[in-house]
Amino acid sequence: MDKNKKRRTLLSDLRRDKYLYLLVLPGVLFFIIFKYVPMWGIIIAFQEYSPYMGVLKSEWVGIEHFVRFFSNPDFMLLFRNTMMISLLNLMFFFPLPIILSLLLNELNNEVFKRVIQSVVYLPHFLSWVIIAGISFLLMSQSSGIINLMMEAIGLRKYDFLTNADTFWGLLVLQNIWKETGWGTIIILAAITGVDTQLYEAAKIDGANRWRQTWHVTLPAIRSVILILLILRLGHIMDVGFEQVFLMSNGAVARVADVFETYVYRNGIQQGQFSYSTAVGLFKSVVGLILVVLANRLAKRIGEDGVY
Amino acid sequence: MKVSVGGRVFDLLNIVVLALIGFVTLFPLYYVFIVSFTDSQEYLQKNGFVLFPQNWTLAAYKYLLATPAFKNATAVSTFLATVGTGLSLIFTAAMAFGMSRKRLRGRRIIMLMVLLTILFNAGIIPNYIVVRELGLINSVWALIIPVLISGWNVILMKSFFDSIPAELEDAALIDGCNDLGTFFRIVLPLSAPALAAFGLFYAVGYWNTFFNAVLYINDFAKVPLQIVLRNMLIDSETSTGGAAAVEMISEQQIPIQTIKMAAVVIASVPILIVYPFLQKHFAKGVLLGSVKG
Repeated sequence: MDKNKKRRTLLSDLRRDKYLYLLVLPGVLFFIIFKYVPMWGIIIAFQEYSPYMGVLKSEWVGIEHFVRFFSNPDFMLLFRNTMMISLLNLMFFFPLPIILSLLLNELNNEVFKRVIQSVVYLPHFLSWVIIAGISFLLMSQSSGIINLMMEAIGLRKYDFLTNADTFWGLLVLQNIWKETGWGTIIILAAITGVDTQLYEAAKIDGANRWRQTWHVTLPAIRSVILILLILRLGHIMDVGFEQVFLMSNGAVARVADVFETYVYRNGIQQGQFSYSTAVGLFKSVVGLILVVLANRLAKRIGEDGVY
Repeated sequence: MKVSVGGRVFDLLNIVVLALIGFVTLFPLYYVFIVSFTDSQEYLQKNGFVLFPQNWTLAAYKYLLATPAFKNATAVSTFLATVGTGLSLIFTAAMAFGMSRKRLRGRRIIMLMVLLTILFNAGIIPNYIVVRELGLINSVWALIIPVLISGWNVILMKSFFDSIPAELEDAALIDGCNDLGTFFRIVLPLSAPALAAFGLFYAVGYWNTFFNAVLYINDFAKVPLQIVLRNMLIDSETSTGGAAAVEMISEQQIPIQTIKMAAVVIASVPILIVYPFLQKHFAKGVLLGSVKG
């Protein structure tokens, strides 16, 4: 009886909201087909997947692929490269948008401020292919303008592009050029949200601009900075496939190979679907754990977290 | 208020530092632009050291626009950026609108379903297998359909729709609008700024499509601009279509560098053109998504 009633209301709800369901349906189908079906496909990491047999009939091998990967010297190499690129980005790139925002905030000339902002946002919209191309134009050893200038003032030409010693630095530099300006948007918004009365009070107490920045602005944006930092830590396994893939070459392969490029090479190029899926799964699971932990941490320090 | 000497010095230094940052950001773009317009003779004569050319020429552009492979790839990218963006916006907005109606049964489950995909990704290979099983390999649709809706954008757009006053929709309902009518005639027009911001993000994504094209497109006749650009700029020997790119350049007497840079300019100009018009909107879009980091 009760059940019957419930079913009737569900049906009548469906009928009443038929247009709403019609609007939501394509989206739901999209997420099922392109996000959840692949998740189900992860089981091939535990099989010897053969395209002819399909996911259902391929032979089960358990955790063989994982054992193979973890006992492979490649594993430590990939892990080191991924962590180093991420940590260098964290150390050298992360503070820059904050510093740039504070500098922009101290500008009194609104027009100049707006011009600089528009300029520094720009590189964010350029593709990694274009960034790589520009890097080659500027830094090539034979004809790059940086090397030409260095030569003109009597310095020796330097090999920036096919040099394992400077490869990580090159990636961080590109990242700084591309994303620093974009990173200021959030921080500037947080600064704008600071109560102006706090500045008035600080002024009356005799605080100069440096002290106002130190005692009012920075504490006020502390929570935003912490959230951004925690999120970055959560994504430490993601170094960005395209940038590394495009800047790689034979000379830097040893320092440039990361989980994503390894999966691409072994999976797509060599057709080792199951093994590569296992490697990708390892990366995704570690990433998931880190993001969840990071979110917990954000909540622990009294912030909203991400979800 | 009295301005101290220290304050003045700081202001001046600050302006100098920010101007320098602006210069460092713009100079590479300026240099690319300049090289692409430089006359070949002059470029070779000055050994690439051209900061302001005496002889401007459109030769590199004329050459590129007469090259079928390049023209073709530009057409593919234009198709992606227009059709793809349009479809993405419509389907994202439709889903977000439905999810923002509180009476919709199952909206919690749908929300959870979208959130989960943001936290966990199946990885390259399972995605590749799905696209292949659907027969999308070597189809331009492989560059649109698998990335049609971004989970983040759905959630952001939903929270935007949540903020539209319910009274407006009640009024529409009384005037005889059904949900479809409310969506197309009331909510979408009201959301123009949000649509502009998300449209820009989708369009940039489609125009810059690279990795998915590496994965899904082997047929050189169907590759987007970024792939051709990569073949021209980076490795001309090893990749698919690389041979064609080399051939198309080497038979010319125009220096390769000016052609390469003209290609970079063509690939970045559409974004640089729409960017100023949408700038005031996207800051808002980013703030909505500030959690994305």
